[in-house]
Amino acid sequence: MKEEPDIICIDGGSTDSGPFYLGTGTSKYSRDICKSEWRTLMLARAQAGVPLVIGSCGTCGSNDTVDWMYDITIELAAELCQSLRITKLYSELTADTLTHALSAGRLSALKPAPEIDDESIGSCTNIVALAGAEQIGAALATGADIILAGRTTDTATISALPIARGEHSGASWHGAKIGECGAFCSSKPSSGVIFIEFDREGFTVEAMADGAKCTPHSVSAHMLYENANPFILYEPGGYLDVRSARYVALDDKRVRVEGAKWQAESNYRVKLEAARIGGYQTTMLALIRDSRYVKNASLWVSRLAEFCKDKISECTSLSPADYSIDFRLIGTNASLGAVENRNGHPVELGVLLIITANSQATASDLSRIINPFLLHYPLTDNEDLPTFAFPYSPAHCERGAIYEFALNHLLELDDPMDGFILRTSEVSYG
Amino acid sequence: MAILGEKVSKIRSKNAGPFWITVDVFCGSREVFDEVRERLSNATVSQLTSVDASLIKRFEIESLSVLKFSFPRIEVQGSRFDRDMHGAQIATLFSELEL
Repeated sequence: MKEEPDIICIDGGSTDSGPFYLGTGTSKYSRDICKSEWRTLMLARAQAGVPLVIGSCGTCGSNDTVDWMYDITIELAAELCQSLRITKLYSELTADTLTHALSAGRLSALKPAPEIDDESIGSCTNIVALAGAEQIGAALATGADIILAGRTTDTATISALPIARGEHSGASWHGAKIGECGAFCSSKPSSGVIFIEFDREGFTVEAMADGAKCTPHSVSAHMLYENANPFILYEPGGYLDVRSARYVALDDKRVRVEGAKWQAESNYRVKLEAARIGGYQTTMLALIRDSRYVKNASLWVSRLAEFCKDKISECTSLSPADYSIDFRLIGTNASLGAVENRNGHPVELGVLLIITANSQATASDLSRIINPFLLHYPLTDNEDLPTFAFPYSPAHCERGAIYEFALNHLLELDDPMDGFILRTSEVSYG
Repeated sequence: MAILGEKVSKIRSKNAGPFWITVDVFCGSREVFDEVRERLSNATVSQLTSVDASLIKRFEIESLSVLKFSFPRIEVQGSRFDRDMHGAQIATLFSELEL
């Protein structure tokens, strides 16, 4: 707080935890943890008297998770006796908006992208557009103390203010990318906070934690992080090009960066994310300790899979397209599957069976059919039946709906605010 | 050179969005970087990952002594046959690679 920041920014979401959160419009994080950390930030905001911005509220940045974050904010405002102007930025889109955009030729596919049509768009449970500097800038212009934004690019909460103030556009985006994971660009990645000062020529990044350092290496290396291309970063309305960026150490804690360029594009496009139900799952886990079975597990599991397929077609009206049964050998290749290239000699193996079908009832029925064979299936036809270990009862576990990412597309907008909604309200507990 | 992971300072892999994985090979010195750059071809990466070589994006970042490879996920993140939600295990294939 001694540095007197003009804004406090935090990124509250990601697709990194998988499609479930966007699919259900829920947060991955514990509400208690969010509230506790948000309390610290709300206190810091009150002390600094500057806007506090969170992007991608509640992991996925759906309208529901923006509202979830709003409820937490209101509770805290009451507890902390704060009076606040709060702006919510919603970035969810309806399927109708997208099907119209599809027929108007306003959707473009990134590589690789799922095939889409009106039906697949209609099947999405949540669709969000990633807000950029323009939408966050519009939220800032409402004069809000706190901005709760739906899905937003990792960088835009940070870049919006320097851009609005006319600082160097390349530096605004570049500094935002460097700061998007806080102290990840320093020698103490887990220490949380980073301070960035923007100006007309570049930016200076400073490590905040005791003993933390920022070096040209630690700072420039952050361009690699979760980024397919370390030199070019696409954002709404254009892209950042850091190929001619220069990183200079000012001292142990501070690095000066200049030279990045922002290339604006003539058509304004935002990236979309969406998820839909990809089936219903039931899982089972069996443990194999018998050394002969451990040694021949791959053969055993391929025999078992074949047997299960036949058994299911014999006993049910399901066709193979209606379900999948996926055996994963934990201790053999459960992490890497077909590209695993090492063989080991484990003491025991886990057999994780993942059954996916069009309904939960079907998935669980299949697990009941497979259950005795997962427990007793022999390695050869002419031997006594083994018994493996089931670690719990019931042996099956219903996982509910699973979701899948359904879009990797851009949407062209006439106006950056098309489809985005701003809602400002005031609460008074001061 | 023997095992890649013993030669370089760090190798990590991670999702770059739901549809891509990116692998960063931090060589630690210019000397190692030059050696790895020569020996770690896209064809080798293709063989290791089963990703078609034409889909592999390769970046050689001299200033950081880093080689970076980005490629589409064979199973989209979180889809029913995906095995690794965050894509971090593919780095071990690189670490254990004998060049």
